[in-house]
Parts: sequence; structure tokens; C-alpha cells
Amino acid sequence: MTDLADTPIASPEDTTALSTAPAPPQQPARGVARTLRYGWRRLTSMRTALLLLSLLALGAIPGTLLPQRGLNPVKVDDYIAAHPHLGPLLDRLSLFDVFAAPWFAAIYLLLFISLIGCLVPRIRLHARALRRRPPHAPRNLLRLSTSARWTAADEAARIAAECSRTLRAGRWRVDVSEEPDGAVTVAAEKGYLRETGNLLFHVSLVVLLAGIALGGLFGYKGTALVVQGQSFANVRSSYDVFQPSRLYSDSSLAPFSFTLDRFTAAYQPDGTPENFDAKVSYQPRPDGPVTTSDVRVNHPLHASGANVYLVGHGYALRIQVRDPHGRLVYDSATPFLPDTSMFASHGVVKVPDGLPHQLGLTGFFYPTYVATPAGPDSSYPAPRDPVLLLAAWRGDLGLDRSAQSVYSLPVASLHHIANAQLSPGESWRLPDGTRVTFVGVDQWATFQVAHDPGKNVMLGAAVLIVTGLLLSLRVRRRRFWLRARPAPAGDSSRRTVVEAAGLARTDSERFAVEFSDLVQRLGAPAAVTTEED
Amino acid sequence: MPGTSINLGLAHVSDRLLVWTVVAYALAMLGYAAEFAFDRRAERAKDPRSRRQVSSRAGLIAVGLTVLGWALHVGSVTTRGLSVHRVPWGNMYEFSSMVSLVAVTVFLVLLARQRVRFLGLFVMAPVVLYLGLAGTVLYANAGPLVPALNSYWIKIHVVAAITASGAFMVSGVVTVLYLLKERWERRTVSLGPGAAAAVEVGTPPTESVPEARRGGLMAWLPDAARLDRLAYAVVSFAFPIWTFAIIAGAIWAEQAWSRAWGWDPKETWSLITWLAYAAYLHARATAGWRGRRAAVLSLIGFGCLMVDYYVVNTVITGLHSYAGIS
Repeated sequence: MTDLADTPIASPEDTTALSTAPAPPQQPARGVARTLRYGWRRLTSMRTALLLLSLLALGAIPGTLLPQRGLNPVKVDDYIAAHPHLGPLLDRLSLFDVFAAPWFAAIYLLLFISLIGCLVPRIRLHARALRRRPPHAPRNLLRLSTSARWTAADEAARIAAECSRTLRAGRWRVDVSEEPDGAVTVAAEKGYLRETGNLLFHVSLVVLLAGIALGGLFGYKGTALVVQGQSFANVRSSYDVFQPSRLYSDSSLAPFSFTLDRFTAAYQPDGTPENFDAKVSYQPRPDGPVTTSDVRVNHPLHASGANVYLVGHGYALRIQVRDPHGRLVYDSATPFLPDTSMFASHGVVKVPDGLPHQLGLTGFFYPTYVATPAGPDSSYPAPRDPVLLLAAWRGDLGLDRSAQSVYSLPVASLHHIANAQLSPGESWRLPDGTRVTFVGVDQWATFQVAHDPGKNVMLGAAVLIVTGLLLSLRVRRRRFWLRARPAPAGDSSRRTVVEAAGLARTDSERFAVEFSDLVQRLGAPAAVTTEED
Repeated sequence: MPGTSINLGLAHVSDRLLVWTVVAYALAMLGYAAEFAFDRRAERAKDPRSRRQVSSRAGLIAVGLTVLGWALHVGSVTTRGLSVHRVPWGNMYEFSSMVSLVAVTVFLVLLARQRVRFLGLFVMAPVVLYLGLAGTVLYANAGPLVPALNSYWIKIHVVAAITASGAFMVSGVVTVLYLLKERWERRTVSLGPGAAAAVEVGTPPTESVPEARRGGLMAWLPDAARLDRLAYAVVSFAFPIWTFAIIAGAIWAEQAWSRAWGWDPKETWSLITWLAYAAYLHARATAGWRGRRAAVLSLIGFGCLMVDYYVVNTVITGLHSYAGIS
């Protein structure tokens, strides 16, 4: 638990003058209780907090240097394959899942327990300090490093009243009291917002963690590929990949749907992407009104509590297959997956039914075809000169045996028939009379749907974190005392002796200026303010 | 923005202005060095007063050159932005230029409020080096933004990150000076009460004071306690801004990548930086940690910041790979 304060300046009278740290427990304890109490005090001490902060930072470092499953599982597998001895060892230490590792969770949970353990007593103390009067003036004000002494013609009570009025106008908290010897003292304090901000900042950190936990327990996210002209309905079976959270239930899927009306991509002359835009028609409920919307990078669609993001795109090729009698047995916009930044892509067509034998097509697609010494390639991501290279395979596609990717074909167990190169509109007749037509080029886009119920809690906590931080670092807490003592009865001058002193925990240079302004307004001659150590 | 052409003439003007900025800053740096040199010699000279005048005149000229360099720097950044019709912090070159601009601005603002001209030499030296590197190694030709950066959040998130980084750079400089001065003070005190005074005057008291020559610069610096307070003041300005930068980044990430936080290397290193500076702020309020140890934590924080910008962008691949260098 931070104090975020500058070196405390203790007054000689009261060494804990500005300290709000909890006093150590006084009552004696034995055995287990004592050990527990000792352990608790250790855990909630600033040193432990420092240690845990440093450990958290250190622990995060391997998560940025080693590949992480949460970011790129393929890279992790590659790494383990490349380091057969080190890899499994690192894996056992959860170093490929640092941010989900038990030891990482242990560090931040201990840090938060330490934080809460420190916060609770400090909140109580601060609440008490807020209700309490400013602390009474030390007996000898002139012993404080920032102090002043002068004499005035006015009566003590009037000086005190004037002082109290000035301080109140400056939004100080003021307490006036009379001492047995006739002296009137004014005690004032200002800058309570510093500790308020400090506590607010730390409480908000706990709230932020709660918000993160909320999202982790009840949220979901998933991705789906949608070909232009087709629709997506928010049910679990629509997703290609779906990641529910621990306490997720299907009922938290809002019943929205949308149709990808049109996807456009703009590129610079060198092929680097400039702009993507997915135009969709969105329907919040099956019987709800349809609205059109643009989903772009940095511009998700807000769909009944979930957000729909545009995360990827590629080409879907309209391919038709007719049997030797001219009957249509396959007619679909088949998504091809991009392999290069110029969108050289690969894909597969599977025709299990309608032909005498099962037919498979493996294809490579080049939106802007070029022949290079290394083979065919694409030189630009937009379809300027689209070419589809196809290979036809015959045999058992194995569709009924096991689930398999729609983007691959078990070619090892198939019989290769022939190859062809097609441009849009061209047809290819296989030896058995089957006709394959490359009708045209469509686009697809992948969307990620994410629902995070903790989002607003996190946002609110973040706002309070910054607010609390600014208060705790900008507001200065300071105290001011003034004592006006009537001259002793025998003194003929009938003058009042005024002593004033101040104490600031932070920025004592600025406080010295503030103090000297203040006492001059209260009637001190300019020269009397003293600054000594 | 897409499709708009790049004004190459203006981009060229921006590059030339940056060269002149570096020249002005380098001359300012010489001025600050001269201020120190003449001030030291003044103590031994027959006519110290005229030497002192030379010294303070050199200092004033240096400040003038810093302001001139700053104006040229603002010009360079502005013309760069105008030439590409976007904010001028879209790649590492532009970002580095902005960070040094902020560092110089922070120095000038401090200069207007308190006596910190002694910092001139130590702020200008890394700024000149940094701009030199930015203009050569990190340089990227003027061009439009990649789509991922095309959002108004680039104004909010990146401006906050740049401002905090520029300020952290100044606090890093002051912290290094603090550590040097603190060590010097400890050594001179351990040599006996007379040693500090002797070095202060510039005459080595005995043969056994190896610090005496270096003491010239050390004695000239303000005392360690003041440097410590100055470093703290700058960090306490930068830290909330850095916090805000991370939060704004998380909000942007939520808009762009569907999650506020994903432990991307850039995100993680900004958190590590944040934790290091948070540890510094805590350490400053913890007995046994204030002073030297806290200062070391602050420098570790600055090191993490540098890793965050340069190692993460060039070595580690992540979502923030917009370096623009190849």
C-alpha cells in the first residue's frame, strides 16, 4: 500500500503528526495467533508490497520473451519442438502460459491481499481523521522549521478570529481553542484529499481486478467466417472457434444476427493495406428492425451487449461442379485461406455426393497472378488478374469417419486425376466428363464476437484510478497553527505576542512560500518569518 | 485519409528543420558546457567577476539556442504532420522525435519555474544523441498510417505515452545526477568535514582525494536532496499520465482488437514500466528504501520504458509492430 508521499516531516512535539499508518497492536498474543498476526503484519507492510510489485514485474518478463499459448499456440509448439530438453521443462514451469500460471496468480493475489489488508485500517483511520478536529498546536511553535513570531496591538481573541476567518476562506479546516493561561490557539489542516485520493486509487485497483474477474467468469468470445452475402446468427453452432468463460451459459448469447452485405479492401500501390470496410445489415432480434452499419478496424459493431469486430478477410471462390450429364452437384462460394500478405491463398472443395466417386479439389488462388522462378505467386492483394490452380483427386474423402478441417484433404490416400489453371468464367472438363467451373471471386470476412460483462466496471475503475492518482500526487497536506498570547499583566505595552508555525509533508519549498504569504496576511511584518532547521 | 497524396516537398522541409534542430540543440549543449567551464575557472581566476559574467552569458545564450531549437523542432514535427495529412507520430522515427520534443519542453517549463539551468547540458546531450539516432537508424519515409492506427485514439493514447516518456526521460537524467551527487556527498563527508569545503573551492586539500577533479562538476550541481526532490516532482507529473496512457491504450485495444488487455509484449512492458515506477513511489515512502535504492528503481523503470519502445518494436513481434524500419 503506497503512501505516495514525500519524506514525512515529523514535528518535534508529535512524531506521528501526519502519519495515518495503523499503530501496531498492543495486546499480547501467544503461539499460533502471534505467528499469524506477525505474518499478517509482514504481508501488509510496505516492504512486502515493494517486493511483490517487483516480483510481478519480473514474473511478467518471461511472458514477453517466450512464445505464449494465449497469443500464439503454434509458436509454442514450434519452440518446444526446437528445444526438446529445455522446452518441456519451461512448459512444466508454466512459462508458456505465464499470465495464466498459478505462480503468477499467486503473486498478484498476494499483492492484492496485502493491499486490502493495508487499505482497511487506513480507510478507518482516514474516516476518523476526516471527522476529527485538526490536531492541537504543539507547545512550542517556534521549534518547528517553518515558524514566525511577531507582536500585535489587537486582542488575542480578535487575532484568532481574524486568523480563523482567513483560513476558512482558504478552505482550511479550523479549530479555535482557549488555553488556561489566556492564550488563544488556532489549529488548521488542509489537503485531506491527498489521502482520500490515495485510498481511492488503491480501492479502484481492487475494483479493476473485480471487473477483470467478472469478464473472465461470465464473458465469451468467438470467431466466425462469413462470406459476402451470407448471414451470421449468434448461436454457438455459428462459431468456428468459441471460447466460453467458466460460468458462461448459452443463455448469455444475445439473439442478434447480421448479414455481410459487402466487404471492401483498399490497398496502397505497394500492396500494404489502407482500409477495410464490412457493410452489414444488423438485426438485434429475429423480429427486430434491420439497420445497416459499417464494421471496420477500430470500429466494432455494438450488438446487444456484445461487440462484433472485423478481424480478418480473404477470398471465397465461387466454384460449380457438374456431373457428366450436366447436373449441378456442387455450387458454393468456397473460402480460401490467405498464406501471404499478397493473398496467395489455398482451399479445398469436397464433393462427396452426386458423382460416381467422391471428388476432391485442392486449389491455390492468386488474386494477381505472376509466374516467378520459385513458382506461381501473387504480386498484389486485390484481384487484378485472378488465377486458380486446381488439382483433382478421386477416392474416399473420409468425411464420415472423423471430423476434419474444411481446408485440407487427405491427399495421401487419394488418387490424383489432373491439374488445371483457370481464370474466372473458365471451365475444366475432367477425363470422366465432370465439369468444374471457376465462376468468380467473392470475399469473406472473419468477425470476432466478444461479450465482457466486466467492461463497464473496468472503465469506471480506470477513471477512478487516474482521479485518485492525480489527487494523491498533486494535493499537498499541511497544517498550520497560530497562538496569540496576551502580554503579561505587568507589561505596560499591552501588546499581544503571536506565534505561528506550519508543517507540510510534501513540497516544503512551496509550503514555505505559502506560509509566509499567510502570516503576512495575518499581520506579520515581512521580515519575521524564519526558516531554520 | 486513404488515398490522399503525400506532400514530398513539405516532408523534405521537415527533414531539413530537424537537421537545424539538432544543430541548435548541439550548440545549446556547448553553451551549457561553457557556462559550467567558465564558472569553475572563475573561482581560480584573478578577476572572477568577469569570468562569471562570461559564464552566465554563455548560459543565457544556451537557453536562447534551446528555445530556438525547440521552435525549429516544433516546425519539423508540424510540417511532417502536414505533409502526410495525419498526426506526426505514426512510426518510431516520428515517435522518437516527439519524445525528445517533450523532454526539451519539460526542461523549458522547469526552467521557467525554478533554477534548473544546470540541467541544460544533461538534458541536451541525450536529446541530441536521441534525435541523431532517430534521424538516421530509425528514419522512415513519410507515408500514411496502417489501418490499425487509423483511429482518434492515436491522438489520445499516443500523446499521453509521448508526454509521459519525455518527462520520464528528464527524470531519468536528474536521477542519474542525483546518484552521482549522492555518492560524491557520501565520499566527501567520509573524508572529513574539511574535504567538502575544500573541494567546493576547487583546490584539492590533499593528495588522497581522487574525487577532487571530478568534484568540479559534482560541486557545481545542486545538493542531492534537491535533485531527489526534482526527480520526484517530474516522476509524479509523468506517472499519472503514463497510467492514463495505458488505460487509453486498453480502451483502444478493446475497440480494435476486441479485448482491453491481452498480454501483448507492448502491453506487458508498459505494465512492467508502470510497476517499476510504482515501486519507486512506494520506495520513496519506505524507510531503508528512500534515496539511493528508490533512485535505482526509477532508473530501472526508465530502462523498462526503453525496452518497451525499442526492443519490443524491433526484436519481439507483437501487435504493436509499427516501427516502419526494415
